Amino acid sequence: MSFAGALPSTYWRTRSALPGFGLSLGFTVFYLSAVVLIPLAALIIRPWELGWSGFVEEVTAPRVLASLKLSFGAAAVGAVLNTFFGLIVAWSLVRYNFPLKRLIDALVDLPFALPTAVAGIALSSLYAPNGWLGAPLMSLGIKAAYTPLGVVIALTFIGLPFVVRTLQPVLNDLSRDHEEAAATLGASRFQTLRRVVFPALLPALITGAALAFARAVGEYGSVIFIAGNLPMRSEIAPLLIIIKLEEFDYAGAASIGVVMLGASFLMLFALNGLQSFTAARR
Amino acid sequence: MSDLALPVHPRGATQDHPVARVLLVTTAAFFIVLFLLLPLVTVFAEALNHGVSAAVAAIIEPDALSAIRLTVIAAGIAVPLNLVFGLCASWAISKFDFRGKSFLITLIDLPFSVSPVVSGLVYVLIFGMQGWLGPYLRDHDIKIIFALPGIVLATMFVTFPFIARELIPLMTDQGRDEEEAATSLGASGWQTFRRVTLPNIKWGLLYGVLLCNARAMGEFGAVSVVSGHIRGQTNTMPLHVEVLYNDYQFVAAFAVASLLATLALVTLAVKTFLEWHYADEIAAVHKH
Repeated sequence: MSFAGALPSTYWRTRSALPGFGLSLGFTVFYLSAVVLIPLAALIIRPWELGWSGFVEEVTAPRVLASLKLSFGAAAVGAVLNTFFGLIVAWSLVRYNFPLKRLIDALVDLPFALPTAVAGIALSSLYAPNGWLGAPLMSLGIKAAYTPLGVVIALTFIGLPFVVRTLQPVLNDLSRDHEEAAATLGASRFQTLRRVVFPALLPALITGAALAFARAVGEYGSVIFIAGNLPMRSEIAPLLIIIKLEEFDYAGAASIGVVMLGASFLMLFALNGLQSFTAARR
Repeated sequence: MSDLALPVHPRGATQDHPVARVLLVTTAAFFIVLFLLLPLVTVFAEALNHGVSAAVAAIIEPDALSAIRLTVIAAGIAVPLNLVFGLCASWAISKFDFRGKSFLITLIDLPFSVSPVVSGLVYVLIFGMQGWLGPYLRDHDIKIIFALPGIVLATMFVTFPFIARELIPLMTDQGRDEEEAATSLGASGWQTFRRVTLPNIKWGLLYGVLLCNARAMGEFGAVSVVSGHIRGQTNTMPLHVEVLYNDYQFVAAFAVASLLATLALVTLAVKTFLEWHYADEIAAVHKH
């Protein structure tokens, strides 16, 4: 029995009456290290067998640069589209009542739940030149599947829930008092939205967009079927990692992996910074 | 339309113009139908393109059955392990105060911000032919990459945070009073957990397991890197879908995909049900 008196408070933990601290934290740290931290360390160490110049040469090779540019660029476009439409979807779901609202609300999580390969083949056959959406687009002269536009479509699909689900609770908590006050003071509806509502939503909007972007940068399954995977044109960075692995170029694969990992860590830190900044302002 | 020009709004100060309202709802519905509903409908429509019997034949074919078996086995190992981890992590984090707690939570969330392909890559770098342990494993005839252990490891990595991140905020919200009362009345740690904590978190736990399982069974990128795509042996369901699709066997590909889509729909339905009926007993972030 480990009652409070038996356990001294140390500099790194305060004592507790509850048992199981050592066991639960011990297993947590062990499992975290074995499954996540040590494998990630293996990734971070690997490219350095090429040396710094070898690493730089690897990640600035034209084909690698083109794939990184596509992954980051298409993810950014997808995030912008999702921010715009996600705001409209979240606003409609929180503020208005309309038929099938609950069904649509539940459907928003579909990209979380639907396996990415399933989404990939579905989007691919939808936007293929003879598909339900691809054929009308072709008659307009727009080729969607097997082009960078296809990559954007897939990444928009995958990122939508992040923006909507980040905005919804903030919109729900947003008190109408502020809007009423603004209106009472003579603001037009547009002024109220722009000066009162929008600033309150901005942190959540940025967070949602960043989450959608971070997810889209590394996305693989939903993209490769619709992308066409032409080197230098529609080949995403995660696919290039797999190609390099198949050529047993482990260091090359790890180099691209490290760049992508570095980018997602930067995003994570920036987001944490943003969250503590907005928390401090409240 | 004339009231657009008026400075005072007869509708009420916080109401949007009816036209704006209709426009916004229509845009939202259009976007949802275009980007979410149509792909979903496509899966089932393509699967049934040559009738039900063709779709069923593609599902009960031996390679498909072996893919289904492998998917269930991989999820059956990865999800319980992540469940034990989630319980340990949330117990340690919610019931005790120690330094580095928020750093630990950040580390637990880490796999969410790693690309699925990179999640698979890390294990190839350790266990692959030219990985750290590659020569040792080859000499001792142990297969991890291109075999079940690699698939399980990759699945564990990508689904690692699901249950922990569901339980940590829930158990932190619930506090320690009930557990402390039980312990002071002489209950052992295990009794306290089983009789006090577990009943409090059961719906949250189910919620986490549900999402964890959906991702585990549907994971593609990470598993694709470590599986080797050996048909009938190391193909999970999503990988089998890929092989069939790349073979131009569209009906078969969409038939297997429709099984996965059904899993996704059941997951969404149960998830929505839990959010409506047990809002207080799952983490606050999911309340509607």
